[in-house]
Amino acid sequence: MIEDETQRLIRIKPNLEQRALIYEFTRAFFREWGFFEIETPTRVPAVAPEAQIVPFESENWFLSTSPELYMKRLLATGYDRLFQISRCFRKGERGRWHNPEFAMLEWYRTGADYMQMVQDTEEMVLTIASRLGIGSIISYRNQKIDLTPPWPKITVHDAFLRAAGWNPFTELDPLRFDIDLVSKVIPGFALDRPTVLHDYPAAMASLARLKPDKPIVSERAEIFIGGLELANAYTELRDAKEQEKRFQLEIEQIEREQHRKIAMPQQFLQAVAHLPACSGIALGMDRLVMLFCNADSIDEVVAFTIDTA
Amino acid sequence: MDIGDVRKGSKLLINGIPYNIDEADFMKPGKGRAIYRLKLRNLLDDSTLDYTYHSGEKVEEAHISNYEMQYLYNDGEHYVFMNTENFEQLFLNEEKIGDKKYFLKEGALVTVMMMGEKPLGITIPTFVELKIAESATTTRTDTITTQTKSAVLETGYNIGVPPFVKEGDIIKIDTRTGTYVERVSTKK
Repeated sequence: MIEDETQRLIRIKPNLEQRALIYEFTRAFFREWGFFEIETPTRVPAVAPEAQIVPFESENWFLSTSPELYMKRLLATGYDRLFQISRCFRKGERGRWHNPEFAMLEWYRTGADYMQMVQDTEEMVLTIASRLGIGSIISYRNQKIDLTPPWPKITVHDAFLRAAGWNPFTELDPLRFDIDLVSKVIPGFALDRPTVLHDYPAAMASLARLKPDKPIVSERAEIFIGGLELANAYTELRDAKEQEKRFQLEIEQIEREQHRKIAMPQQFLQAVAHLPACSGIALGMDRLVMLFCNADSIDEVVAFTIDTA
Repeated sequence: MDIGDVRKGSKLLINGIPYNIDEADFMKPGKGRAIYRLKLRNLLDDSTLDYTYHSGEKVEEAHISNYEMQYLYNDGEHYVFMNTENFEQLFLNEEKIGDKKYFLKEGALVTVMMMGEKPLGITIPTFVELKIAESATTTRTDTITTQTKSAVLETGYNIGVPPFVKEGDIIKIDTRTGTYVERVSTKK
């Protein structure tokens, strides 16, 4: 039998109540830590050029794919310890873990690196769990997951050699990388613990800086819990020339493969030159709620998805 | 069509074979390509297959339609069906019908799956009622020792039936397994 809207909304109400608590505790956590909440535009003239993230167009502007560029423009002028929970939009992303419109939590701090952001996440997730009365062990999809820090860490190099049998630093194959990541590497992570996958090849650095002593490696970390990609952290790139070069490559790839025109975010590039040493992280709020609600699908934690809107 | 537009229930044509998408898993590393893991069901023989696509790939959509049709008769060469909406007749050869021919009775309603103008196959009801054309009479000893005896349906199909079923009886058959379900009526 097909569930109607009333039945569906009654069924997921406990999850939506849990969601409201998680938002409340997240905001409280950052406030207590001296972070302040900021809001930046949802409709923007330029997004970060990324070949695999397709923005929705809106009267020649775009719907935000991430607040990152604005957060860094704030940091460049002297703001510190910022956080934001914003609506983000990415075309075509729909599945058990995706809705084209989703909630992103981002926070930034100066004088810190990507691993500090991982540590922040450990503390934040654990604090929320305890305020929800769950404790350090959650149960997700019939699996107990122990959230006690520090979370196990593995480099991209080691994880790929172990699970997929090849080295993505010597063989550059982004397509094979993505396929093996989702079909071999992530399924190979320990089920009962979070996993931090870190030190991506320079070609996948995106907006992260390269290791000063080892420039084939970027300071980027991704956090996985229960098979879900929860958050992505960078030590932020501060070299405006390098950032422009990376964006240019993405713009060329987008034009070549997808015949889309995308503008260089000039104002952001100007800000990058003034960026203090800093790090940031983006965390999928819907997925965090999924974990704490033991929800199989994003549809269980969102009142109206693209299919029920 | 773009792989990104494929959903559960979409129909694709791959190497000339039409498939139904039974399951579509969308996976995407935040900064990486979208990966689509599909469970495909071959619409011709029902076999299943797993296939992985990635963003940007193009696939061919199969335009499949289903029509309700009535089986009219066999002209010796073809099975003749009539579309119940527009009354057009469709001639199918035995190969397209396969073993379902044993459960087709004149007048029966079936679903015919078409790809454009090309018929792919038919779906028959799960249960059909057919008459026993021949059945050995049961001796007293047979009744004690055997649970079933063999009989031949009006369509020529051999089937095991309980000993009390007689020639001329109408029985119900499960077409998924080709087995006897119950006796519907008996010849007076």
